Amino acid sequence: MGFFSRLFEGMKKTKKSFGEKLKYIFTGNDIDEDFYEELEFVLVSSDIGVETTEYIIDELRERAKKNKVKKTEDCKHLLKEILVDILSQNKPEKLGSPCVIMVLGVNGVGKTTTIGKLAKKFTDEGKKVVLAAADTFRAAASDQLEVWANRAKVKVVTNEHGVDPAAVVYDSIQAAKARNADVLLIDTAGRLHNKAVLMEELKKISRVVNKEYPEAEYHKMVIVDGATGQNAISQVELFNEAVELTDVSITKLDGTSKGGFLISLAKDFDLAIRYVGVGETADDLLDFDPKEFVDAIL
Amino acid sequence: MGMFSGLGEKLNHIFSKLAHRGKLTELEIKQAMREVRVALLEADVNFVVAKDFINKVSEKAVGEDILKSLTPGQQVIKIVKDELVALMGSTNQKLEVAPSPPTVIMLCGLQGAGKTTMCGKLGFLLKKQGKKPMLVACDIYRPAAINQLKVVAGNANVDFYEKGTQSPVKTALEAIELAKRKGLDTVIIDTAGRLQINAELMQELEEIKKAVKPTEILLTVDAMTGQEAVNVAKEFDDKLNITGVILTKLDGDTRGGAALSIKAVTGKPIKFSGIGEKLGDLEPFHPDRMASRILGMGDVLTLIEKAQESVNEEQMKKLEENIRKNTFTFDDFLVQFEQLSKIGSLSDILAMLPGTMGKFKPEDIDESRVKVYKAIIQSMTPKERANPDLIKASQRKRIAKGSGTSIQEVNQLIKQFEQVKLMMKNQNNPRMKKLMGRRFF
Ligand SMILES: Nc1nc2c(ncn2[C@@H]2O[C@H](COP(=O)(O)OP(=O)(O)O)[C@@H](O)[C@H]2O)c(=O)[nH]1
Ligand SMILES: Nc1nc2c(ncn2[C@@H]2O[C@H](COP(=O)(O)OP(=O)(O)O)[C@@H](O)[C@H]2O)c(=O)[nH]1
Ligand SMILES: [Mg+2]
Ligand SMILES: [Mg+2]
Repeated sequence: MGFFSRLFEGMKKTKKSFGEKLKYIFTGNDIDEDFYEELEFVLVSSDIGVETTEYIIDELRERAKKNKVKKTEDCKHLLKEILVDILSQNKPEKLGSPCVIMVLGVNGVGKTTTIGKLAKKFTDEGKKVVLAAADTFRAAASDQLEVWANRAKVKVVTNEHGVDPAAVVYDSIQAAKARNADVLLIDTAGRLHNKAVLMEELKKISRVVNKEYPEAEYHKMVIVDGATGQNAISQVELFNEAVELTDVSITKLDGTSKGGFLISLAKDFDLAIRYVGVGETADDLLDFDPKEFVDAIL
Repeated sequence: MGMFSGLGEKLNHIFSKLAHRGKLTELEIKQAMREVRVALLEADVNFVVAKDFINKVSEKAVGEDILKSLTPGQQVIKIVKDELVALMGSTNQKLEVAPSPPTVIMLCGLQGAGKTTMCGKLGFLLKKQGKKPMLVACDIYRPAAINQLKVVAGNANVDFYEKGTQSPVKTALEAIELAKRKGLDTVIIDTAGRLQINAELMQELEEIKKAVKPTEILLTVDAMTGQEAVNVAKEFDDKLNITGVILTKLDGDTRGGAALSIKAVTGKPIKFSGIGEKLGDLEPFHPDRMASRILGMGDVLTLIEKAQESVNEEQMKKLEENIRKNTFTFDDFLVQFEQLSKIGSLSDILAMLPGTMGKFKPEDIDESRVKVYKAIIQSMTPKERANPDLIKASQRKRIAKGSGTSIQEVNQLIKQFEQVKLMMKNQNNPRMKKLMGRRFF
């Protein structure tokens, strides 16, 4: 099943799907203020945020004028174009080898699950994968990662509960080197971005990676729950401040949320948007595609 | 960013040209409500909910007298805030108890919302209240979910029951039987996270409900949730007729508009807030704080009220005078500490502060540190307190010794003092100064 159909499967089941809503907006009528108001509703309702919505609508007004578009139905492709343009600014590049991906984010967004899915994906691609269970805080966190590691049949480096996560990362780098691994995936504990002490811990992990594994391409990928609202921006901002993020991925888009904050993120941060989580099994991971994402919103 | 940052600032701006005292006019309200609407949307209040709310409040506000103590901008905020509190508040926050034990509490919600953690917190709370709770593992899908709950139950030192991946209905029923036999009074059922559109899994919850007839069905929602919170809450409520809501992860910096959305669509009481990952990080839900938080302004009004109740006017006048003359001293600093401790616990106050000031977290300034600072200041000579420039290296050493602290701590205090002084100097808004004089962190 493709990205688009997966996303829509969820949306179909909600009573007032955007598809319906939009059919009613993009009619053969003339563009008027009511149209823009309806559009504001659609965009804000997909968590795009007030500011970015205003930006998009202003841009649309301009392009509509320039292209002499009069009917609302002809606006649709202009609007899509605007959104796709924003989302295409930072295309992710192919991962190098060896590479390290430190996965971070707030609590419960799907970090461990995404790592489990990636372990399978990379293994299927013929890569050698090592996992680092650097969430030494949450109850049974390493057990959870071990289940995923077993499913993908990859090596996982764990340590006792409560141990310094940087120590686990150190060990996992040695293991990755010894095995000639292509990818080392580091699972970190969920943490709220406004907690200074926990952000220090991430910096420390980063220092270990930089020092012990300089030859590896180092990615710092933040995971954002697709159901998040405007707090997504604050999350990315503060994580970025702490460790200079390189990538972002979004999860749980199999639900009814649209993840519209991604548009603000693409607009305001220099991050590659890499993966989309669409379920809880190993195969429920897709490469991000701007056009398909926009199709699911509009 | 100042005291009336964000919404407050905008409203003050709108009303700045209106020096009048009297009733709010329709036009003023319309302008103000435009800003309120943006504030609500930025806080993730659902679009439709925000619209309804604005309409309702506008009607209320027309013709209202502007209180003597407030500006028109503050008056609007007060009306909006009071209405938010009224909407989100509820007297029904206690956990219901079944007429004959055990009371059964079932948690449900989306994936990763914080259900398992919350089961532990509730168990811990009940145990502290002298009850005998048992946690039951009915999440048979997520890897290591059962083990997670087991660890949590162990930490909370409460009973735990699991039956692997057998049907959750069966496990729940067995657990209740066992609880009866063991004389336990509360059974807390942890369920798997699920999307509200997943018919099969929603059906599973309905079956558990039918079998065990829970006293409480609590929908657990991540406070960072966006616009879809309404559909999630509505669907869970339609299927299960939930009895209440728990908001988690309120220790973050989310504005938490989902709280209003959920209350608006379900009408069910919000019973608890999760404010951290540890077992004790659980609070009753505070509608008042939530309202200010949604409006993006900290709990300013409560704070003003609290401060006014507890502050010694005489001292405050002198303090304001000193701030104005820029002769803020360690004595003033100490007065502030004392005022702070009268107003309430420091972490409470920090949580209420908007803007930059609210960014100081309890981790940075906890109450034990306040005690340390007090000791340090009291070890300074009156001259040093009045003229901090006198405190050089040798004085610092003496002060550290005298107060039983370290030089680092003395340095830290002096640094903080300088920062506060600078902050005050930079505030040219007299109102701001006045408020800052009352709490500078
Ligand atoms: N529906 C759905 N659930 C997901 C997705 N990704 C993760 N989850 C679920 O979200 C919950 C939290 O995931 P986890 O990986 O433990 O989050 P972490 O705390 O960030 O490591 C689990 O119940 C996962 O099964 C997704 O893309 N879709
Ligand atoms: N900061 C914070 N984290 C929380 C809170 N409640 C739960 N968590 C974290 O959120 C993540 C998901 O929690 P969990 O209980 O596994 O969610 P579940 O999937 O709904 O059972 C874990 O990392 C928890 O430690 C809270 O109130 N504050
Ligand atoms: Mg995890
Ligand atoms: Mg759970």
